[in-house]
Amino acid sequence: MIEFPILTMLVLVPVIGSVLVALVSKRYPDLVKVTALVTSVLTAGMSIWLLAAFKTNNADFQFASQHEWIKAWGISWHLGVDGISIFLVVLTGVLFPLVIAGIDPHHDHKRYLSWMLLLEAGVMGSFISLDLFLFFVFFEIVLVPMYFLIGGWGYDNRVYAATKFFLFTMIGSAFMLVGIIATAVLAKADNGHVTFDLIKIAENASFAAGTGRWLFFAFAIAFAVKVPLFPLHTWLPDAHTQAPTGGSVILAGVLLKMGTYGLLRFGVFLFPEAAVWARPLFLTLAVIGIIWGAIAATMQTDLKRLVAYSSVAHLGFIVLGTFALTATAITGGVMQMVNHGISTGALFILVGMIYDRRHTREISKLKGLQKVAPIFAAAFTVVMLSSIGVPGLNGFVGEFMVLIGSFGTARWWVVVATAGVILAALYLLWAYQRVFHGEPDEDNKSFAELKWKEGMLLLPFIGLIVFCGLYPKPMIDRIQPSVDKLLEHVAQHSDFKIPAPAEPVISNGGEG
Amino acid sequence: MLDLVWLIPALPLAGFLCILLFGRKLGDPKAGYFATAMVAGSFIVTLGLFFDLLSKTAEERHHIKTLFQWVPLGSAHIDLAFLADPLSITMCLFVTGIGSLIHLYAVGYMHGDPRFSKFFLYLNLFAFSMLMLVLGSNMLVTFLGWEGVGTCSYFLISFWHEKDSAATAGKKAFVTNRVGDWGFMMAMFFAFWAVGSLDYSAINGAAASLSITTATAIALFAFIGACGKSAQLPLYLWLPDAMEGPTPVSALIHAATMVTAGVYLMCRISPILNVASSYAPTIIAIVGAATALYAACVAVAQNDIKKVLAYSTVSQLGYMFLAVGSGAYTAAIFHMVTHAFFKALLFLGAGSVIHGMHHEQDMRRMGALRKLMPITAATFIIGWLAIAGVPPFAGFWSKDDILLAAYDKNIVLWVVGLVTALLTAFYMTRQVIMVFYGEARWHDAHEEHGAAGDLGVSAHGDLTPHESPWMMVTPLVVLAGLSIVGGGLNLPFKESTERLALWLEPVVGVHTSTTAKLPLALVAIAIGLVGIAGAYAVYYFKKVKPVEPKILADAWGYDRAVSAFMGGPGRKAFDGVAWADAHIIDGAVNGSGELVRGTAGQVRKLQTGNVRNYAAAIGASVVLLLVWFVVIRGLL
Repeated sequence: MIEFPILTMLVLVPVIGSVLVALVSKRYPDLVKVTALVTSVLTAGMSIWLLAAFKTNNADFQFASQHEWIKAWGISWHLGVDGISIFLVVLTGVLFPLVIAGIDPHHDHKRYLSWMLLLEAGVMGSFISLDLFLFFVFFEIVLVPMYFLIGGWGYDNRVYAATKFFLFTMIGSAFMLVGIIATAVLAKADNGHVTFDLIKIAENASFAAGTGRWLFFAFAIAFAVKVPLFPLHTWLPDAHTQAPTGGSVILAGVLLKMGTYGLLRFGVFLFPEAAVWARPLFLTLAVIGIIWGAIAATMQTDLKRLVAYSSVAHLGFIVLGTFALTATAITGGVMQMVNHGISTGALFILVGMIYDRRHTREISKLKGLQKVAPIFAAAFTVVMLSSIGVPGLNGFVGEFMVLIGSFGTARWWVVVATAGVILAALYLLWAYQRVFHGEPDEDNKSFAELKWKEGMLLLPFIGLIVFCGLYPKPMIDRIQPSVDKLLEHVAQHSDFKIPAPAEPVISNGGEG
Repeated sequence: MLDLVWLIPALPLAGFLCILLFGRKLGDPKAGYFATAMVAGSFIVTLGLFFDLLSKTAEERHHIKTLFQWVPLGSAHIDLAFLADPLSITMCLFVTGIGSLIHLYAVGYMHGDPRFSKFFLYLNLFAFSMLMLVLGSNMLVTFLGWEGVGTCSYFLISFWHEKDSAATAGKKAFVTNRVGDWGFMMAMFFAFWAVGSLDYSAINGAAASLSITTATAIALFAFIGACGKSAQLPLYLWLPDAMEGPTPVSALIHAATMVTAGVYLMCRISPILNVASSYAPTIIAIVGAATALYAACVAVAQNDIKKVLAYSTVSQLGYMFLAVGSGAYTAAIFHMVTHAFFKALLFLGAGSVIHGMHHEQDMRRMGALRKLMPITAATFIIGWLAIAGVPPFAGFWSKDDILLAAYDKNIVLWVVGLVTALLTAFYMTRQVIMVFYGEARWHDAHEEHGAAGDLGVSAHGDLTPHESPWMMVTPLVVLAGLSIVGGGLNLPFKESTERLALWLEPVVGVHTSTTAKLPLALVAIAIGLVGIAGAYAVYYFKKVKPVEPKILADAWGYDRAVSAFMGGPGRKAFDGVAWADAHIIDGAVNGSGELVRGTAGQVRKLQTGNVRNYAAAIGASVVLLLVWFVVIRGLL
């Protein structure tokens, strides 16, 4: 019996949806929407099924499927998920239908939805590819729809932002392409034949330290741009601000995670020695990003730009956790990838709703919204508190695990990074005060309260924010085994010792 | 019974959820009564647990109830678990007991507010968070409550958010607390990496085996957290501003419960503090004493009825840290409890006055209110006697305990404590005289109001102060009773009357003193009476001109200096970063973009279409490459 090729379908269904949407005549706008919605909901359903069928306490790649593609070069259609990627797949699967159903692009739905679905296929593919070449293809595919989404449905300065986004990531990718080819060629000696298979290369290849480090950097630059890591982050505020709301949600929710995910999968896993060697640099850049992003966010006058800069800070935590190289820190980083996707995605949706009502995102033009729209303000407050990292909500868990996990191996970086927690409260609460508190002036008096449809869109986000904050165990249980395995791999292939935290002392007090 | 400990926070949480869903339907005043009932229910459960613990031997008074694994951390895991022991149950008793009184009071105080049910939504969430804080069996659950109370106080302080000052005060409280949270988090990280667990029993159990450096680090970082939450120097700034919130909030959060969280934390990890380097407790004692004196001086020159009490709270919290630093944890808890009684009483009394005076807070416009508000006045006077350290009222006994411990630690600390006691008696007497005695100055206020505008005065025509309704007065009476007899918890006559010390001994140990208690007590009484007499001379008999220097009214100018720094250089630095981001980092990006465009323009000219030019270029490149490989890399 042939197993249902679930991972392949996760990529194919959105592609088919994209093509179908493109083929349907413009005269049937409803059909366009239904097609897009059905395919994205189908993908979401499959991703949730995947999560349900995913084996806990299993560190290996599951649902793997491998088919030869270009035999001469050892390129294959090799897909698989493990604990590190499973929740990113689910997040991608769930986020897209919400965006498609809940956020109106205002014009030209057909092309918008077609690009959206192609984007989904690219993102999905990036998270499940286990072949360097295949990964590169998906990683690059993502650029095209995103470029058109920003350029076609964005705001005033969208062409500049779209071009900047495209060039930035393209230049990074150029390095990666060279890196991928060089890796495959150089690994031939160890594999016996040319292959682009991630697992084979990672397990068999033994690069000389100097070579490995060059290759690592070729990959890392592409990912550092995508994350984005300080000082390569300046495309992000522009892209976010100019992108349509749906684009921003996807950009923050899953696209940036391709960078942090790549650093783990194609950085640390593929080049452990080099990753260990480069730790101080990445830890430092991550911590600078946390502080710098937060300070820059504080001084923004545009609400959307503020959220964009907060992403720079939040993603810094993920990179910090990645390069701290402890199980808790990396698991926390993966948690943070998902949680940031949820809370920042929701923040962008809320900012988009403000823009739809007031046609401005300037903080100084908004005032007293809490008085006229208390439910809207309450929703904003919950999401904001999650972003600040208040315990009990999802934002805290990842951040806390990153920090406590990194403390043993990157103590001084953690001391500074923790200060970022103070700044997060500062920029968000200050913005909240200016936008929501006070007496509303004439322009803001008629600000409409949250509508039913908008509430329905936000509800899943808020539900996840509370659930993941109170009961993160199911997630951690699925992520951690793969992280442990990754760290063993690192310890085998480098001189890095997995730090053992102190053994829990058995208390003399009675256990209940 | 002890397994039911989860019910204590669960009831207010249920209250929160119900009001969230049905608050608007319940409305004014039902939502308030409902919320009150929930906290009162917690109080009853706590009482049950208290008697259950009492029935056990001292060693058995330690029970952990685990609900579920919260955050798994590798082989260790952090549970959502509660710890019922004498310390946590003591905290719960006064948090729920005083909490329900304040809830009841708020039903009267908030009557008619358009967001009535929302107020109780926040209050119940606050009670839940506070109970999580004190019941948590590990530092992370405490931190959940710690941040929860911080968030709720943000909501509650900026409850009237249309007012800019209220919104700013709420934000200030949250951000300042976050500075302290940095310390709390660092303490957690140190503890986890040293012990491998965040459970209090594990951390305290391992205290003896910790290196002195680690123990000192944990203690001092936790103290930074405590400074934020418990409003000590240099982080006290948020508390006076927090008076922007409705008065029941000031009583609940900023007097009785939340601000004591820092003291609680230090007592909870007292075994760590005991093995830390000796300078750690000394620092705590010095900060506590300094804060006590600092804030007491400021309180002398305040005219806002709530500001006096706010600075007084900061000062009294300083006393508690003085006790912690002196190793007298029982004294700190004892004062925390009595302070909760009389300070909640004073705040609620002040609220009753404000309510009766139609939202007037300036004491210069009060006076002679004792005849119009007899119950408020009588109970307020009891609170005054308690805080001024007049025996046999509650504050005397607990303050005396602290002064004794300070005397053992260092005589300078004792002197500072005494001077603070003198000032406390002085400013509280000043307040009582200004509000309840002397001539009635509110007629002037009335006339001013009348003169200010004829419009709408008739609606507010009746400006005569009035006594408050029963739900506000009842809590006052109960708290006044507690302020009278609260000292009975821990009488220093013989060992068996030191009930609180015996009760808390399994958690915080004992503080033994060989100093003769009576002479010190007599000095303290004398000092208190001098303070009262001094204030009578100045404000009642007007024999001496009041000395209220501007610098004190301005709280030593510290707040202003910090604000000036934040608004000046601080803001400039932030602007600088934003500027650098836009112009230097992004400038480099756009610059290289321009460069590429410019170069491309130049390079385009090279494309002459002339094959010979191309061939020449290719030839030259080949030669150069060959040179590179042969000469420099040494190939071939």
